[in-house]
Amino acid sequence: MSAPVTSATSESFEEQSTAAESRRIRRRSLGLLRSLLRPVAGAAWGTAALVVGAQLAAVAGPALVAYGIDQALPALTDGDAGPITLATAAYLAAALLGGVLTAATVRASARVSQTMLLDLRRRVFRHTQRLSLEFHESYTSGRIISRQTSDVDALRELLDGGVTTLASGVLAMVFTAVSLVLLDWRSGLVLLIAVVPGVILTRWFQVRTQVQYRKQRTAAARLIVRFVETMTGIRAVQAFRREPQVREVYGDLAEDYRGSSATSIRLNGVFDTGLTLIGNVTVAAVLLVGGLRALDGGIEVGVLVAAVLYSRRFFNPLQQIGMFYNSFQSATAALEKLASLLAEEPTVPDPERPKRLAEARGDVRFDDVEFGYGTGPTVLPHVDLHIPAGQSIALVGETGAGKSTIAKLLARFYDVRAGAVRLDGLDLREIDPVDLRRAVVMVTQEAYLFSGSIGANIALGKPEATPQEIEAAARAVGVHDLIAAMPDGYDTEADKRGVRLSAGQRQLVSFARAFLADPVLLILDEATSSLDVPGEALVQVGLQTLLADRTSVVIAHRLSTVMGSDRVLVIEDGRIVEDGSPFALVAAGGRFADLHADWQRSLRRTT
Amino acid sequence: MPSAPPASPPESTTRVLLRLRRWARPALPRIALGGLTALGASLLALAVPQVLRVIVNGPLLSEGSQRGVILGAAVVLALGVLEAFLVWCRRALILTPGTTVERDMRTDLFRHLLDLPVEFHDRWSGGQLLSRIMSDLGTIRRWTVFGLVMLLVSATTVVVGIGLMLATSWVLGLVYLVGAVPMIWLGFRFREDYKVVARRARDQAGDLATTVEESVHGIRVLKAFGRGADALDDFARQADELRTTEVHKAKTQSRVSFALSAIPEAILAVSLGFGVVLTSRGELSVGALVAFFATAAVVNSPVERLGMLLAMTLDAKAATDRYLQVMDTGSAVRDPAEAVALPVADPAGSRVELSGVHFAHPRSASADGELRGGSDILAGIDLVLEPGETMALVGLTGSGKTTLLQLVPRLYDVTAGSVRIDGVDVRDLSRADLRAAVSIAFEDPILFSASVRENVLLGTDLSGQAADDLVAEALDVARAGFAYGLPDGLDTIIGEEGLSLSGGQRQRIALARAIAVRPRVLLLDDPLSALDVTTEAAVTGRLREMLTGTTTLVVAHRPSTVALADRVAVLEDGRITGVGRHADLLSTHPHYRYVLTALSALDDPGGADDAQADELAEVRP
Repeated sequence: MSAPVTSATSESFEEQSTAAESRRIRRRSLGLLRSLLRPVAGAAWGTAALVVGAQLAAVAGPALVAYGIDQALPALTDGDAGPITLATAAYLAAALLGGVLTAATVRASARVSQTMLLDLRRRVFRHTQRLSLEFHESYTSGRIISRQTSDVDALRELLDGGVTTLASGVLAMVFTAVSLVLLDWRSGLVLLIAVVPGVILTRWFQVRTQVQYRKQRTAAARLIVRFVETMTGIRAVQAFRREPQVREVYGDLAEDYRGSSATSIRLNGVFDTGLTLIGNVTVAAVLLVGGLRALDGGIEVGVLVAAVLYSRRFFNPLQQIGMFYNSFQSATAALEKLASLLAEEPTVPDPERPKRLAEARGDVRFDDVEFGYGTGPTVLPHVDLHIPAGQSIALVGETGAGKSTIAKLLARFYDVRAGAVRLDGLDLREIDPVDLRRAVVMVTQEAYLFSGSIGANIALGKPEATPQEIEAAARAVGVHDLIAAMPDGYDTEADKRGVRLSAGQRQLVSFARAFLADPVLLILDEATSSLDVPGEALVQVGLQTLLADRTSVVIAHRLSTVMGSDRVLVIEDGRIVEDGSPFALVAAGGRFADLHADWQRSLRRTT
Repeated sequence: MPSAPPASPPESTTRVLLRLRRWARPALPRIALGGLTALGASLLALAVPQVLRVIVNGPLLSEGSQRGVILGAAVVLALGVLEAFLVWCRRALILTPGTTVERDMRTDLFRHLLDLPVEFHDRWSGGQLLSRIMSDLGTIRRWTVFGLVMLLVSATTVVVGIGLMLATSWVLGLVYLVGAVPMIWLGFRFREDYKVVARRARDQAGDLATTVEESVHGIRVLKAFGRGADALDDFARQADELRTTEVHKAKTQSRVSFALSAIPEAILAVSLGFGVVLTSRGELSVGALVAFFATAAVVNSPVERLGMLLAMTLDAKAATDRYLQVMDTGSAVRDPAEAVALPVADPAGSRVELSGVHFAHPRSASADGELRGGSDILAGIDLVLEPGETMALVGLTGSGKTTLLQLVPRLYDVTAGSVRIDGVDVRDLSRADLRAAVSIAFEDPILFSASVRENVLLGTDLSGQAADDLVAEALDVARAGFAYGLPDGLDTIIGEEGLSLSGGQRQRIALARAIAVRPRVLLLDDPLSALDVTTEAAVTGRLREMLTGTTTLVVAHRPSTVALADRVAVLEDGRITGVGRHADLLSTHPHYRYVLTALSALDDPGGADDAQADELAEVRP
């Protein structure tokens, strides 16, 4: 019944830092990025073209200034206003074109990046839904939430402005360098020499921050996990005065997170400073080389000015590229986590060639079933069982005997280790998942309500249900009067986690859900434990109609529920030790008879 | 989808951001100093063109001095090195404050959320809170570390730069200034539009986080009904809405980036024309013309950056709004100004008295957006628990039993009337004292990711041998001996990050936890619902022995749980309609009989055995 923790496989890499492992992780995350880019490749190239255009327009400026000073000024002095008019008009045109293209880039890149994010969000969401319960039970909800919120956010920051910044930055540098080389190759050479320390610095920065950002993502995830758990259990935290302890733990995690982001920012500071330094030294060098040559008449003053302007421009984008690198590292770390989540395979995979189950009857068989959770010990050593269609079964046994495990196998929340569970002769693993879920429904003790109306929560059992059907289901389980009395009837918001509904009422709503789903095999795992006696009696009456021609497997501690079933299975240590009608088992004397006697005694004692 | 209460009326960006002072105050000197160094760095950058002007006009064009050129280049180099040094200083100065402000704001919000009553948490979805404490605070941090400083520095650089341009040539400077007017106008227009979209995007992201959270917490339901695809559709629709908003946001931003990139360049184009004409007439030196363009090149990049910085500021404003929205929510359940101490406990137990207790959930927006006042769930409860007494609370599901229980430790506050422990109104006690005296076992057992031992000791401050003994006793009473057989025994980590236990196992740990507090008043909310009859009988027996001297109120749905109690109170239509012994109530109180046996008042009461037999007969197919 208890699922041992399978080691949190996907996160184990956090502690590993072997080079090969690190490379593998990086490859996988870049693969993810590539696959996200593929569908928007056209638009991305379009955006790139816009960026090229905008940069070409921008790079025209200094050249026109040089032309103005060196050619148009002497021409104008000689009385020819043509060149300066031309230069001014060309500059104006470049300015307008640059503006239009820049604006278009902002829009286009937002469209590309938001489309990629939508794709990523959907993929991660779909994948987590596909993953088996076993995964969910070991990965923890907080970590999954962290993947889908804060990690996706990190990528958003990169895509939001980062990519265009990078593209335009790199292009600006290339164009500037090319323009300078064309204008004056010696100044261009000075600039190109300066690139060498720039590249070395960038490489250092890359290596140092990669590890750092992974740490930061992990720290962020820890914060989120703790936050989600505390807020989910706020009642217990307050009732047991755990605020100081919880605060302390959270404070420590917040400090860890602060520390790791401070380290990243510090690295950035070094990078930023280094780039500024390289840039400024280059400007001085260009000025020196150019100035000395201008003295000899080697170049004109206008060209020298343009060279200085260009070399200053050349290093301008570097800061932005530094910022991009920042978000790139953070996003890569996030992508690594996301990619590892997406790489998780469901342990309960969808069949490759699904078999349709058009008209299910509800005949259930356990053939030589052996089962244990993950790599843990065997829970069910050997179960052989046949439940004919339409029979109602009650599972009885001590807590931990394996009753819920049998129920979970029936609902295919887990797959067997050996043997097979069959519905109408078909192995559950081969049945089309849609058909399987239509045929088999399991209701558990925890009656989770989603935000949205009560009606919508019931309709979860059958999304296409009409309001009449929803009401009929509610009536059948005796929750209609209660809902009708609510402020907005079936449109009343269920509120967060349905806290304003009592546990019993929530169970009734989730029961109505199951009623509406109308499955051929209904599994109730402690689904009525919080109901009061009248509520349970009502449900029982409703059940009679529902179970009339359906198979049911019920786990209940109340013998009043058990005594109403066709057949009782007593489970002990994962084995079926008694099997028969409730009255026959009572008559036979045995474990069930003992239980029944206890129950009778408990009833008598209360009078 | 209701996610968070509607935002308060809009406030000015400056006023909202100024409220960050509260957290930024200790960091202000460093931020100010950082700002100064940043300013120094940009002024140095602006000085370079002036040097250039001197070189062009002096050594290059008139003197032809090699020494002059070398000296000039050396000055440019020195200025450059100094600028780089100042950039480093800015980084180093602002680093610590930026991250500590974020951390302080985060821990403050967390502390505040812990302090806010359960009623608040009922109303707010987890995703909205999560997005505030993570992504909104991240945005604020980036703004304080980078945005704020760069905004001020860029603005100053632009102003000083324009001043220098005016000094170089007032005509050209004027051209630049005239061009700046439409930029400022567009900037303001942009601000209004962008603010709205930025807030919407953040709220939608919060809703998306809520959907994610629900899809994870409700995974069993989604799997059981095979509704993963529907959940995905729902999620995809929301994600698509967010995408539309973000694209819309980019459109707004693109208008301002057009203005900020086209206008400065256009100004330069016009300046080129004017400048060349002026120079040809000898009204401007070549060096000055060169210096003007070099200055404009320095100024243009902060101008272009202004758009991004403005957007960043508005994003930070939206984030701050959302943060303050929660921080400004006052706690309705407060500690009294002067807390009264509980009288020393009587060994016989405490007396608990509820008089005229009313309770209604606070008003909330209904589906059609109109505010509805909650109707009274409890409408005048009068009930006295004598010292040491165990009383069962019986009523139909949804009658308010759980709510009544939660009024005692003030998880909710009464809307009228009072709850008293040994004569003291619970609202006059500090919450810490109150909750030390009162302990509760929830029906839905909430365990934390910690060891069994830590979970059981959650409400106590004991350690060492005393704690071990307490854990052993509590586990024994709750019949939770299975805990010793877990992989690491009592050190096994349970809860979400650990071993998953069955419902019955969790319930027994939660029961042990409530007992371990050794409270004066114990509240048990149907604590044995997930236990089988045999276990329940065993737990009941031990509990009865252990509860002497503890006043206990236990919510019961079944006769077997009622067995714990000395007396029973019947909750019906928000009032207590009967108090007495089980057997007496069974024969005299029709509603009680109905609740516990599902038999209407008209049936012959008979014996309980017969009644149960009848019940079986009724439900048997």
